[in-house]
Amino acid sequence: MRFHSRATGLPAASRTGRSGKAWLLAALLAGLVVVVPVYGLLLEAMKGSAGLWAHLFSTILPVALVDTLILLAGVGCLVALIGTTTAWMVTAYDFPGRRLLEWALLLPLAVPTYIIAYAYLDILHPIGSVQGAIRWVLGYESPRQFRLPDIRSMTGCIVLFGFVLYPYVYIPTRAMFLTQSGNLVDAARTLGVSRRAIFWHVALPMARPAVAIGVALALMETLNDVGAAEFLGVRTMTVSIYTTWITRTDLPGAAQIALALLLIVVALVGLERRARRRQRYMTDARRSRKFLATRVAPLRGMLFFAVGIMPVLLGFVAPFLYLADEAWKRYQFAGLSPRIQDEAVNTIVIATVATVVTMLLGFVVAYAARIRPGIQSTVILRLSVMGYAAPGTVVAIGVLIVLAGFDRFIDQTALDWFGVSTGLLFMGSGAAIIYALTVRFMAISAGGVEVGLSRISLSLDHASRTLGQSSAGTFRHVHLPLSKTALSAAALLVFVDCVKELPATLLLRPLNVETFATHLYGEAARGTYEEASIAALAIVAVSVLPVILLSRVGRNQARSLDEASPR
Amino acid sequence: MRMSPAPAIRLEGVGRTFGVNAALRGISLEIASGEIVSLVGHSGCGKSTLLRIIAGVETVDTGSVFLAGQVVDGSSRFVEPERRGVGFVFQDYALFPHLSICDNILFGLKSRPRREALATACDIMERVGILHLKDRFPHTLSGGEQQRVALARAIAPKPSVVLLDEPFSNLDQGMRDRVRAEMLSLLRTTGATVVIVTHDSEEALSSGDRVVLMRAGEVAQIGTPRDIYFRPESAYVAEFFCAFNTIPGFWQNGCFETAIGGFALPHAVRRADARRLYVRPQAIRISPNLGEYSGRIEERIFLGACEKVGLRVEGLEELLVAVLDEPLPDSADTVRFSIAPDSLLVF
Repeated sequence: MRFHSRATGLPAASRTGRSGKAWLLAALLAGLVVVVPVYGLLLEAMKGSAGLWAHLFSTILPVALVDTLILLAGVGCLVALIGTTTAWMVTAYDFPGRRLLEWALLLPLAVPTYIIAYAYLDILHPIGSVQGAIRWVLGYESPRQFRLPDIRSMTGCIVLFGFVLYPYVYIPTRAMFLTQSGNLVDAARTLGVSRRAIFWHVALPMARPAVAIGVALALMETLNDVGAAEFLGVRTMTVSIYTTWITRTDLPGAAQIALALLLIVVALVGLERRARRRQRYMTDARRSRKFLATRVAPLRGMLFFAVGIMPVLLGFVAPFLYLADEAWKRYQFAGLSPRIQDEAVNTIVIATVATVVTMLLGFVVAYAARIRPGIQSTVILRLSVMGYAAPGTVVAIGVLIVLAGFDRFIDQTALDWFGVSTGLLFMGSGAAIIYALTVRFMAISAGGVEVGLSRISLSLDHASRTLGQSSAGTFRHVHLPLSKTALSAAALLVFVDCVKELPATLLLRPLNVETFATHLYGEAARGTYEEASIAALAIVAVSVLPVILLSRVGRNQARSLDEASPR
Repeated sequence: MRMSPAPAIRLEGVGRTFGVNAALRGISLEIASGEIVSLVGHSGCGKSTLLRIIAGVETVDTGSVFLAGQVVDGSSRFVEPERRGVGFVFQDYALFPHLSICDNILFGLKSRPRREALATACDIMERVGILHLKDRFPHTLSGGEQQRVALARAIAPKPSVVLLDEPFSNLDQGMRDRVRAEMLSLLRTTGATVVIVTHDSEEALSSGDRVVLMRAGEVAQIGTPRDIYFRPESAYVAEFFCAFNTIPGFWQNGCFETAIGGFALPHAVRRADARRLYVRPQAIRISPNLGEYSGRIEERIFLGACEKVGLRVEGLEELLVAVLDEPLPDSADTVRFSIAPDSLLVF
């Protein structure tokens, strides 16, 4: 059998026979899984009466929208500032401690927004130790005489987000500086630009796409947050969705806000895509030479180190030490309660199952794009990764709509035919969480597989085929061994993200099922500080794993550049 | 030429379109068993696509491909590449980076008993001269060594057809000629039918029993190297293999008249609609005082073995370029020259 796409009018892709079509079909199904919740969201939002829309526009949206936009603008500026400055500092200058900073600056990535908010609420509490110490130093006696501005404010929220989300800017910007500036900086200097002016005239303009990508990612993460904003009293749209559903059980209303939020996300994705396209042109340079850092005087070097270590201290070390201390105190006081042990099991089981499912579906989608390149598979790949940009609450509401409908249908059918009620099959079993996590993190798995495969030259596929291997054999003997590392890295990332994920888990967990994240949320929302520190510490500890991985990738990149540099 | 009743490779009206670009427009071609054919053309002419179609890693839109008389790609049937018995040497060699040299060569021998496969692999490595590399990994090898491994791997399963896609283009000039000669003689001993894709006209002429020149997805001319070089059927073919001087002119009384005089041409190359005379640089003979024409030397490029000289000739707009085997005296300025009539062409 042959497959001519002439009939469809689409350009015929490079096809290798039968196997291609099966892959494409599988990819289509996997892609549909992701798209369906958005579709459900649309349908549900339509259900809301016209009055509801009006209500939405007059009451919730103005406040939530303005708050969301202020938060985005603030976080965007702050992460761009911190991320670009630190990236330039560790790339262009050599000072004692630079090597340490290079990877330490990644650490705040391991602290989810809701955990940093949780930690700082206690650290900076008016009657907490930090403010107490300040008062003692300044000679005040009570919080009434002196207190720091309340962290529970928009400003507090922006600052906290900025200090954990700046690595999203730091990573791509530093990579850009490292790989690209060598040649350009030399060229600029021969053209008479001073070393100092290079940052403004060469490096910064060149890094703009990288900064834009990083900011877009950081802002997506900001939109995803439901815990921190709520603890800090900022009513973002994400929080509104959550409360609209949880406290008012108004699904159409939640769907409507979710749709509005999705529009902002679409804008962010557009920004990111455009930046990536521009970056591609810029990184097209044939051969890049490593940027040579200039050594700075000792005093200035110490100043640089002090500036560079600030975000690490604020975004990682302080909250980590606080959590470790609290967790230790709690452990000595009560040991590990059965409750926290249950949560550990829940967290691991949910994250593991979700990782397996996500990796499988992501693999199908990305592999189809390789086996059968062309418009169809590219569209499927792009569609299936859009869940990553969508905030967890939006995905959760979409999944809720789809699966609740499905549950009702099954229950009704079973009742009609067999006279048995199945109850809420999907919602009650935790399948909904797995579904939502898959939708949200498929981008990581598909992206990881895609990157892993893209490093394998297509001619290797062809060599394998002409040497007698079928496409399955080619996968087993060529693709799998060559992309093992990329696949396991992607799986690790997905796993950790599943452990960290709060909003979707919060909305979709079956009754009485708690994970580390939801436990922490519950205690923080109640204002109690009991076992949450243990849960938070566990999440941060797990989240450090991919950061280590990232720093190793960065080092390898630098090393390979060293090797590629002319001797 | 044909040894068996069915040609090893037969293409019938093969067409392939990518988006709106037609890469191949109805290529028909027959290659006899054991023949070495070079497929040459500028980049983008479709030669690589054609090679990949024969291998089965690319498919046709129209037309059919036959291997040893059996249809392997056409409207009714598609044979997967792994079932075609075709060896392929890739431009980037496509060695599996995670496998040792020996395992790379064993890759195509998986269906055979392990011991037999190993013996075959060792034998082939011996013949290609890479046995000492057998436990190394591809990234530790030089370009020339990788090239040998790629060839050894392709011919290890004893395919009846071996396809080579610009196999020598990644080697530097000095090594290229040597490796090419070795590879070709090795390929001849295997008796396989060989198709070599190249963009280098000299390589095409020196490698193939026959040369297929392609242009924009079509065959411009097929012939033996001498045929295609000395008797090109179009100006395109002529200029592809040789940097001709061209002089405008017209037919008059059986003579091709130009600004520097009339030329009587052999019957075989006469074309009634010809507008230009084609003169090979090698056909211009300069001597201090003999020769029918005179010109002033305006440009000299010393190339070592020969010298390229640009002559300003009265009545001609462009410089007439001559390639001389023997160096001219440095002082040469105005010289006399003659044009050897036997290699002249008109188009």
